[in-house]
Amino acid sequence: MSRFPLDLGSPGWEYAPAPEARTVARLDAGAQGRLFIGGTWQDAADGATFPTHSPATDEHLADVALAGGTDVDRAVAAARAALPAWSGLPGAERAKLLFRLARMLQERAREFAVLEVLDNGKPIRETRDFDVPTAAAHLFHHAGWADKLDHAGLGPAPRPVGVVGAIVPWNFPLLMLAWKVAPALASGSTVVLKPAETTPLTALRFAELCEQADLPPGVLNVVTGAGATGAALVRHPGVDKIAFTGSTAVGKDIQRTLAGTDRRLTLELGGKAANIVFADAPIDETIEGIVDGIFFNQGHVCCAGSRLLVEEPVHDLVVERLTRRIGTLRLGDPLDKNTDVGAINSPAQLARIRELADVGEAEGAQRWTADCPLPERGNWFPPTVFTGVSQSSRIAQEEIFGPVLSVLTFRTPDEAVTKANNTPYGLSAGIWTEKGARILWMADRLRAGVVWANTFNRFDPASPFGGVKESGFGREGGRQGLHAYLEPSADRGGIDG
Amino acid sequence: MAALVLPDLDVDPRTLGDGEAALTAFLRGLPGVDRVGNERRAAQLATRSLKQDTKRALIDLAIRTVDLTTLEGADTPARVRSLCARALRPDPADAEVPPVAAVCVYPDLVATAAEAVAGSSVRVAAVATAFPSGRASRTVKLTDTREAVAAGADEIDMVIDRGAFLSGRYGAVADEIRAVKEVCGDAHLKVILETGELATYDNVRRASWLALIAGADTIKTSTGKVSPAATHPVALVMLQAVRDFHLMTGERRGVKVAGGIRTTKDALRHLVLVNETVGADWLTPDRYRIGASGLLTDLLLQRQKLRTGVYGSADRVTLD
Repeated sequence: MSRFPLDLGSPGWEYAPAPEARTVARLDAGAQGRLFIGGTWQDAADGATFPTHSPATDEHLADVALAGGTDVDRAVAAARAALPAWSGLPGAERAKLLFRLARMLQERAREFAVLEVLDNGKPIRETRDFDVPTAAAHLFHHAGWADKLDHAGLGPAPRPVGVVGAIVPWNFPLLMLAWKVAPALASGSTVVLKPAETTPLTALRFAELCEQADLPPGVLNVVTGAGATGAALVRHPGVDKIAFTGSTAVGKDIQRTLAGTDRRLTLELGGKAANIVFADAPIDETIEGIVDGIFFNQGHVCCAGSRLLVEEPVHDLVVERLTRRIGTLRLGDPLDKNTDVGAINSPAQLARIRELADVGEAEGAQRWTADCPLPERGNWFPPTVFTGVSQSSRIAQEEIFGPVLSVLTFRTPDEAVTKANNTPYGLSAGIWTEKGARILWMADRLRAGVVWANTFNRFDPASPFGGVKESGFGREGGRQGLHAYLEPSADRGGIDG
Repeated sequence: MAALVLPDLDVDPRTLGDGEAALTAFLRGLPGVDRVGNERRAAQLATRSLKQDTKRALIDLAIRTVDLTTLEGADTPARVRSLCARALRPDPADAEVPPVAAVCVYPDLVATAAEAVAGSSVRVAAVATAFPSGRASRTVKLTDTREAVAAGADEIDMVIDRGAFLSGRYGAVADEIRAVKEVCGDAHLKVILETGELATYDNVRRASWLALIAGADTIKTSTGKVSPAATHPVALVMLQAVRDFHLMTGERRGVKVAGGIRTTKDALRHLVLVNETVGADWLTPDRYRIGASGLLTDLLLQRQKLRTGVYGSADRVTLD
């Protein structure tokens, strides 16, 4: 009597394609691909460009200006010139502009979400439900701060740090931009932004938004390019502060460059977070949390829960449930609204993930890979889990920055803490247990900037985010994040003696 | 320490015996449900996008899983006959529309319903055991059930004793389910947990397992008389119980969501939860039901819309 036309064999029906329309991204928009300096759109001084591709299809999306030293000079000069007027505006006026930007971003959320998908390869579900709304939330949050800086905890009338060089990574191009631009503009600072080489498009679109919002020329400047462009910005003596999110190796270079100067620096670098599962964890939600922790954004997350530490008695259960659940993840066209796992951002990153996965296997860990077909074009890596991983293994020590989970075990809370802390990094950690006291005991001992309890990869503009050890220093979000863009006012010395 | 029961797939919860202590230990040993995480997962699955062929097929599946329900003091034989006619042929203008799974009525109207649907695939379900509160003696509840079965009910929707459950008398709740199951005979037993009165997801999980262990063929969210009823997070927890029960015993028991499901969108989101939690084996009226009265109208209108491109007025479908 069954009239159901779909295959009823496990694991269920196939979802009909539900692609988001790519036309809203307006890839042919006029200003596409040029530098935004002093409120005008410019080609690179030497006319150089570089291409940006869709990681999911290898499609050529746009040619973008490759900023050289001259362009960086111009951008820094424009930011410097804009500084007195911008920082001199009443806070409420800066707030007005930030609120306007936040609202405009919300209004054009779909456009930004689709453009981010095309350039980055992550699924539309994530850009639509996470990247764009959270970016807008950061703008709203910091808009609220702009006229309340007296209450930021630095005494009355704190001063802006000045010209900020913001260098953001490719994993959350728009969101990382917002994390830096929002507090900088609220503080009265001006910004030269360098987006990542593989994902420049949403930053340029954001510059367009700033232009339409009547942000004064020079307050935000965007210079696109690769490592050399970033290095020129870092070395530039006209920059008062560098805010960098990216790899630990580059972060160390930046710190060396700035050593001995009076330029300030915040670094948000790599991670190898431990996600710690106790036997009394709420198992179904824990499995979801592990999946969120490592497969969110294809594992291209500095705070990804890439090391799963499981209490020994539940190891087999957790691995069995986890692999069963990973088997239901939908990998493929990132523009499809039902896609859970998108493309790896670049061929270089794919090669790095493959190399480390091979190392894991060579070192004796057992490799499990989700049985999902990979698209023929583009950069793809299937969700992968390594069990039997030892603490000394490279896949337990090095950041893979991909959809690869290493599973280790522990016997006691002490051992869990010791193993979790035994890494050069210290960005985040997760604890899964129904015991409140144990959560607090663990959180006190974990050397990580962020500790999540019974959840993972949650962010809020009011909550400071950042690392310890080789994961960097400085915080983004909250009052602590704002401090990175402020200095105590000159007369504070008089008050405090 | 409460042992995590689920990892040990050798445990067969059906062999715990009738003793209350073993049952209580088992239920208290179940892993907890994290409220935030559970609601987040349910909300995430609600964003699945259903288009074209998938939507078409799921609307028909939803129609096939409906328990078309009338549970009013004002019910009459004429109203029940009218309901049955609609159950057999939901859209008089379109013979392609499948019949619903069952009609669900009070016990005194079972005979009327059974006569009206005789010879068809549509089953007759009766709410019994002093529905909806369950506040009556065991004798009354069993008599209620016996009479419904005798009158021709294919399925019995019983309510658990929530008072006993909330005061921790799990043995009493289980005994009652077993007793009702016994008088059901061949009738399919659905056990209503009334999750709106259980209040926590931990309780929903425990009550689900309790009912499965005591012999429920299907576990059902609600009577429809208490709000909240069939929320997505509650449905998720119950589907997880059925899934894990299958992993441990090999038996596939059913789930019925009932109460507050009025729109196609909501019904299809429930089907997504089924698909992604327990898989396709449950996407059949034998193992999954949606108890509803008004939902069918929207399902039919949405079905017409997929064919004509126009969402018609409710006057375009028959109401009873």
